Amino acid sequence: MLEIFTADFWSQYGPLLWDGTVDTLVMVGISTVFAYILGLPLGVALILTQAHGIRPNRAVNRILGWIINVGRSLPFIILMIAIMDFTKLIVGTKIGVRGAIVPLVVSAAPFIARMVETSLAEVDAGVVEAAQSMGASTFQIVWKVYLPEAKPSLVLGGAISIVTILAYTAIAGAVGAGGLGDLAIRYGYQRKVPSMMLVTIIFLIVLVQVIQFIFSHVSNHIDKRLDPTARSFKGLDLLSRFAHTK
Amino acid sequence: MSESIIQIQHLTKTFGTGESAVHALEDINLDIKQGEIFGIIGLSGAGKSTLVRCMNLLERPTSGSVTVNGRRLAWMEPDGDGETPAFVSEKELRLARREVTMIFQSFNLLMQRTCLKNVCFPMELSGTPAAQAKKRALELLDIVGLRDKADAYPAQLSGGQKQRVAIARALATDPKVLLCDEATSALDPTTTASILGLLKDLNQKLGVTVVVITHQMSVIEEICSQVAILDGGVVAEQGNVEDIFSHPSTDAARRLVYPGGASVEQYPAGTRAVRVAFNGGTAYQPLIASLAIDCGVKVNILGADTRNIDGRAFGTMLLGLPDDPNEAAKALSYIRAQPNVTAEEVEYHA
Repeated sequence: MLEIFTADFWSQYGPLLWDGTVDTLVMVGISTVFAYILGLPLGVALILTQAHGIRPNRAVNRILGWIINVGRSLPFIILMIAIMDFTKLIVGTKIGVRGAIVPLVVSAAPFIARMVETSLAEVDAGVVEAAQSMGASTFQIVWKVYLPEAKPSLVLGGAISIVTILAYTAIAGAVGAGGLGDLAIRYGYQRKVPSMMLVTIIFLIVLVQVIQFIFSHVSNHIDKRLDPTARSFKGLDLLSRFAHTK
Repeated sequence: MSESIIQIQHLTKTFGTGESAVHALEDINLDIKQGEIFGIIGLSGAGKSTLVRCMNLLERPTSGSVTVNGRRLAWMEPDGDGETPAFVSEKELRLARREVTMIFQSFNLLMQRTCLKNVCFPMELSGTPAAQAKKRALELLDIVGLRDKADAYPAQLSGGQKQRVAIARALATDPKVLLCDEATSALDPTTTASILGLLKDLNQKLGVTVVVITHQMSVIEEICSQVAILDGGVVAEQGNVEDIFSHPSTDAARRLVYPGGASVEQYPAGTRAVRVAFNGGTAYQPLIASLAIDCGVKVNILGADTRNIDGRAFGTMLLGLPDDPNEAAKALSYIRAQPNVTAEEVEYHA
């Protein structure tokens, strides 16, 4: 395994690893954007229509909840295969990076809807009531109260969503979607190149750490609930961030 | 007599239906006049928060009518044999809510916005141009004495400061009525006094009608001119604060007015008593002892609920006066001469 420190290894596998990393990042990036385009409004709708929400609607809330639960109960690998025809209809192919994006979005959107719902549920009901008492419309409450007040939590949820999608891309790799997961399986497992397995694992770990670090840092930075003068023990803070990665 | 600003007629509010129904409010009738500081007092669960929420329709009454500043928010419409409740349209309600604003026990500031942006918030909602809103917000922060905190976030403020920002925010749309829902209940006595002072000031300077919801008698005593006592969802008594304090005629009123729920029935009819309120004078002044020594008058403590906060006395005491009218008069005038103490003779209905 020490060959990963040799120039030979990198000249042979470097381009593959580079392409794999790029493919993974592209899949994760695009899927996350589209999954949020679907999941964020769904999460908002769940909060608004719940019994104590500002637009209570039991029927809508139940139907949305049911759809989301169905989406979440299907394991990604099964969902991916089950919706292949739909995937082809949307992006014109069932395989490769493009073919992976559709199932990734379909699978992650319900997950994100729940994440968003949880984040928005943290917003103090009193603050929402105060906005109502000032004559805010539903749209204004979503746009000016729920989303901005929950922003730090939404950002933290974003890291969890992205890491989850990253994990899905590895599964997608198993059926030819490309990316780091694909490399790990094809080279690390099928062609018995343990160094490739090791390197892809290291790459994935580093990716997750970097994503978590950035998002935690941003969330902390934009959160104004903590008294900045009370912020101390920066080092410990940093350690604790690594402690709950993933 | 000035004009009515809030009229509530035959208002009821029931939560749930059937056997599990909870009658939070029953046949409430209130008439709050413009420019008043009107207190609504009651123990927890008496329905006072529900009542105040009916004044801006955060809570929709089950029946009855609510008229605020000449605008009908809720009323009864004939429907066949009976009547059904009707409400103002969403759009009109949003406009009405700019005229009746609210402050809360838990302040409810937007934690991710600076104080300035919090005060700008209602103006943002109503579409005031940003520059104009900012100018007005700074003026309002000036009024509540927090101009220097414009760029601070709520998390950096003390409870009293947060409530001041909330008051500035509530004033941003130039309301006619300010509803205060237990606005001082989360604050210490000194801060409470300063917030109440501010509310009184705003009432006098801006002419804004203030409705104060509280469970603390001292709050009513401090700033209200009119009071309604809410007990078990009904108005037990309402009227002038002084009248109600000196002649509480219902059990609910007596429970609130007399310290520690002192029962007056156990004393013989005709016992003269005086209710003494301590409004923050020095706690090191032994009133009862000096009354005995200086005047040679012995009074009987029927009930007391006093606290010493930072060396200042707060609370009330119910004293039984001696039977001799001369001694009683002497005692009364002695007590009344004390600073930061008010005394009212009370009547028994034993």
